[in-house]
Amino acid sequence: MRKTLILARREISGYFYSPMAYVIGALFLLASGAWFFHAIFRPGQPATLRPLFEAMAWIMVFATPLLTMHLVSEEFRTGTFETLVTAPVTDTQVIVGKFLGVLVFYMLLLACTGLYMWLIAIYGRPDPGVAVMGYCGMVLLGAAYLAVGLFASTLTTHQAVAAILSIAILSVFAILMQLLTLHAPGPWNQLAARLNAMTYFKDFARGMFDTRGVVFFSSTTALFLFLSVKMLESRRWK
Amino acid sequence: MIEVRNLTKKYGRVTAVNGISFHVDAGDVVGFLGPNGAGKTTTLKILTCYHPATSGQATIAGYDVLTQSLDVRRNIGYMPESPGLYPEMKVHEFLKFRAALREIPRRGRRAAIARVAVLCRLSEPENMMHRNMGELSRGYRQRVAIADAMLHSPPVLILDEPTSGLDPAQIRSMRELILKLGGTHTIILSSHILAEVEQTCDRLIVIAGGRIAAAGTPDELRKSVIGPSRIVAEIKGNREKVLNAVKGIPDVRQVQIKSIGKWQRVTIHEKDGADHRSDISALAHDKGWALRELRDEAGSLEDFFVHVTYEQNIASTGDQ
Repeated sequence: MRKTLILARREISGYFYSPMAYVIGALFLLASGAWFFHAIFRPGQPATLRPLFEAMAWIMVFATPLLTMHLVSEEFRTGTFETLVTAPVTDTQVIVGKFLGVLVFYMLLLACTGLYMWLIAIYGRPDPGVAVMGYCGMVLLGAAYLAVGLFASTLTTHQAVAAILSIAILSVFAILMQLLTLHAPGPWNQLAARLNAMTYFKDFARGMFDTRGVVFFSSTTALFLFLSVKMLESRRWK
Repeated sequence: MIEVRNLTKKYGRVTAVNGISFHVDAGDVVGFLGPNGAGKTTTLKILTCYHPATSGQATIAGYDVLTQSLDVRRNIGYMPESPGLYPEMKVHEFLKFRAALREIPRRGRRAAIARVAVLCRLSEPENMMHRNMGELSRGYRQRVAIADAMLHSPPVLILDEPTSGLDPAQIRSMRELILKLGGTHTIILSSHILAEVEQTCDRLIVIAGGRIAAAGTPDELRKSVIGPSRIVAEIKGNREKVLNAVKGIPDVRQVQIKSIGKWQRVTIHEKDGADHRSDISALAHDKGWALRELRDEAGSLEDFFVHVTYEQNIASTGDQ
């Protein structure tokens, strides 16, 4: 665990040196802020962050791949991966360390949106339970999306390819499954509903704690972290 | 300390390493020598647990590189051919990070970093410890990489082309460092530069076409040069007369002559076991020619290297 945390700390500090991370963070906050002021912070609107959470969930389909695209692919490209894995660390420690690092950065971005909650609280009476559940849902959703992005990063040495692969996989979970849920014949629409990330997230955005959502996001996170470890191990099969 | 038995590595149809076996005793400095594409780096990557072998076995400090990979990595310091360093990190931050990964206790990290910084000249005469690694020259990046390899005082150091891309002053500095480390560490270093391995290594392993072409001390390898040694003489006389006279000596295989003003530089290739220095001396005296140089020139390591690697590559091409 200690080495995992060491690797996570290095990853977090890397984000603060990376101009790309600041750009992505700024764009994310710009988009979420614009939506907040357009859809929520207007006279007569309900004092709730629910529309913001739902909007951020869609933004994350494109933002999280940009956060994760360099995680492993850049190490392959620059040769730091060889330096890293010839130290006494396991592939699991490397993957979990990188995941924790990007997750912490993601949560810092989310924490910045707490400003919106404070603004609403000045002018209205928002339900704190909805906010708490919404943020829990954002963390769970973000963890799953970041795990997908990390997996995509293990597949290639090119960051752009990693980002595109990640967006493609997330689009399947978020967009394709949504369309199939609405338009596919049974039982395919039911299967699609089970795999639709947005369906589970909407419960959290509404303030509901649904264990199905926790299981879905947690198992998706675990699956893609497992696949990421296997991808690193696969170099030994060659 | 390092034991390799029938190590083979295939990438699809290409056999990069083909059944090599060797051992390295504790404290030895062994040079792994071979042309580009011979299999040196592949072998080192197997020893450092970066790639697995297709077959065969390798152990370092008694640990198997495949089944006891973590233990092997605790006992080695590895410097890759092109060290990957995080450009945004400062040198001291990187070494601190690596010290933590290498399980150096927190209390001892500062001392370990200070020790390698002095040894690798990262802190003096110019202090580079607070520079971003992306700003460092190639030579300093190599020094950071070797400092990283030595941080945890491993018993075994594996250095892949440690002087690659360095200027002559940096090469000398690296050579001095390797000589200083030899004895207290077991070192295996790869190179395709003969002069480097001759000056730093106790033993050489010559690899070509994925196979070991020869192994031994530099002197042993020089003496085993295929073909007879040469005699070089400088004689003052008419070029044609000198050439014909030397050719007339029995058991001379080949004579080469080069005129340097009035002097003739004669290189005599002899048959096995022959030594014609006294004959040359007597010939010069009889003809009244001045003789200013007469020496036996043993085959050079370069001759040996070119010969064995050429032969080995031919054999490997035939196998494939």
